[in-house]
Amino acid sequence: MLSIDNLHVSVDGKPILNGINLDVRAGEVHAIMGPNGSGKSTLSSVIAGNEDYEVTKGDIVYKNENIIELSPEERAHKGIFLSFQYPVEIPGVTVTNFIKTAINSNQRARNESEMPANTMLKKIREKSKLLEIDSKFLSRSLNEGFSGGEKKRNEIFQMAMLEPSLSILDETDSGLDIDALKIVANGVNKLKNKDNAIIVITHYQRLLDYIIPDYVHVLHEGKIVKSGDKELAHQLEEKGYDWIK
Amino acid sequence: MAYTEEELKKELETKEYEYGFVTDIESDTFPVGLDEEIVKSISKRKSEPKWMTDWRLKAFKAWREMKEPDWANVKYIKPDFQKISYFSAPKGKDKYKSLDEVDPELLKTFDKLGISLNEQKKLAGVAVDIVMDSVSVATTFKETLSKKGIIFCSISEAIQKHPELVKKYIGTVVPQKDNYYSALNSAVFSDGSFCFIPKGFKCPMELSTYFRINQAGTGQFERTLVIADQDSYVSYLEGCTAPSRDENQLHAAVVELIALDGAEIKYSTVQNWFPGNKNGKGGVYNFVTKRGICHTNSKISWTQVETGSAVTWKYPSCILKGDNSVGEFYSIAVTNNYQQADTGTKMIHLGKNTKSTIISKGISAGKSQNSYRGLVQVNSRATNARNFSQCDSLLMGNKCGAHTFPYIEAKNKTAIIEHEASTSKIGEDQIFYCNQRGIDTEKAIALIVNGFSKEVLNKLPMEFAVEAQKLLEISLEGSVG
Repeated sequence: MLSIDNLHVSVDGKPILNGINLDVRAGEVHAIMGPNGSGKSTLSSVIAGNEDYEVTKGDIVYKNENIIELSPEERAHKGIFLSFQYPVEIPGVTVTNFIKTAINSNQRARNESEMPANTMLKKIREKSKLLEIDSKFLSRSLNEGFSGGEKKRNEIFQMAMLEPSLSILDETDSGLDIDALKIVANGVNKLKNKDNAIIVITHYQRLLDYIIPDYVHVLHEGKIVKSGDKELAHQLEEKGYDWIK
Repeated sequence: MAYTEEELKKELETKEYEYGFVTDIESDTFPVGLDEEIVKSISKRKSEPKWMTDWRLKAFKAWREMKEPDWANVKYIKPDFQKISYFSAPKGKDKYKSLDEVDPELLKTFDKLGISLNEQKKLAGVAVDIVMDSVSVATTFKETLSKKGIIFCSISEAIQKHPELVKKYIGTVVPQKDNYYSALNSAVFSDGSFCFIPKGFKCPMELSTYFRINQAGTGQFERTLVIADQDSYVSYLEGCTAPSRDENQLHAAVVELIALDGAEIKYSTVQNWFPGNKNGKGGVYNFVTKRGICHTNSKISWTQVETGSAVTWKYPSCILKGDNSVGEFYSIAVTNNYQQADTGTKMIHLGKNTKSTIISKGISAGKSQNSYRGLVQVNSRATNARNFSQCDSLLMGNKCGAHTFPYIEAKNKTAIIEHEASTSKIGEDQIFYCNQRGIDTEKAIALIVNGFSKEVLNKLPMEFAVEAQKLLEISLEGSVG
């Protein structure tokens, strides 16, 4: 599904990623861990197409297509989803209106007709139940005055609605208490299937107790320095990142 | 009639001002220039009674003594009033009894504007009076309305048929000498709309006027007078367009609203005059005086969506004369490219327990300048007056400006006045967030702007709100990057 080859990225001329290689196949869950400043969030932004980052070398191949030149929305149309570490506020735009706009933008880009209102409503009801979202929440302005937990839950709600092929969860566990974490993780697990893939970016092992990764990669100074299975996450938890450096 | 995303997309593809076509209709236009004779000719042409002619002449005399104001935060080359023609009427009969008599070209224009009269009739719920250049063309639903005692016609017709009402109320809210442009309008107004709602009657349909400037080198000076008798209710809509022309066209209207005891008037405007091209050439100068007077227990609510005009100078105001009266002002003003807008309101509290609310949303893009100017005045006998004002500005890019000039004068200690203001910018992080969800940048901006304007859009009647949303999106096209 995703194949990253020797990816180098800089911001304002400063190199952040220095040769990332990563292969993700359908049905897999990959965890990317690493200390602060190791380049985890940069990697997620670059896959999503954030133009603040300059790809100086390497390729990102998604579903057999090099997507380096594609705009963020084109990547989204092809099924790439990023759950933001810090979701932005859009005052006056309700959660429902936002997701409706997003879904129909994707439908149009794929030359499909818009989702009929009743199908949309049914889907919204179904997915909000999955994430234990109250219907009042849906008519609030997007992320405005949301608690940390509400913001993250809303991100996963959008993921559930958009049904992406590749989801990147950037520090989805940060700012969540244990109950919210369970709800979010449970939601993600239900969305997981053999046709999609998930990349979980996290600082701590905690989330990985709930979303079990097939592979764990450790990022340090813009490079993947170690890869393994879920045991690696436990080792990191015990020994700290210094062990890897 | 739901506006689909597909239609929006199509519209977003056309970068030009959508209403910028000229209708090829023969018209009967006065020579350019302004003097007493022209004023008399306009009056004569419309077979007005002597009191009306005299009223015009009085205004003209006053205007000659006055100076064009320059306190507004706008810069423009002052119009040469001797180079404007003060009367232009589509040629043909002065009155149309049915649509069959109307010039087919004219009907085509209305079709292009998306307000085909035939369709309007079917749509029901909206009665339309269309003022093209200077003459009122047709009023739909007239018969239906008149059965209920509602008078809704052109002001010229009202002068003929209901002189007592016109004479009693014209100039009582906006006197001839009120300001430079109101004096000019009083002297040369060529047509406009008149509306009277009888005592205790709640008008069940929206009344609507559509203004369009068509002829080159003409000014448009329409005059609107709305009177809501005791305990009546009316919702009135006003829409405006003009063709694209290189020279600046002048529009100086006067609107007077009178809400008698217990009456309510809701007046909504979607103004989309040609804003000039992207280099700031051409466009309409929109210098408008709009004011309403509220008697005891009455309410006037102004809602405006201003997206057009090169220069806008406009302050729909309320004089809260009666006790317990309520004034409201909800405004969205969008400026792009080189547009300049200086707009706001005046809430004059005279009666006891009077309340006013001001919600102003300014959106600036391109190299435009957008100013809010508002006055809240509480007079000494206005015990327990309350005002709440909220002025929010949204900036796009680094070359535009947003300005707020609030004036507060309170002469009664019991007054409670609140003013809130905010300025924000559409962030790249917001755009990226939307992009990541598959929403392209134009649509993302439309979404953010609509969210920002929501409190005001919600105040518009449904079908108008849809049009207003479309307009916001069109006006801000190409403003990113």
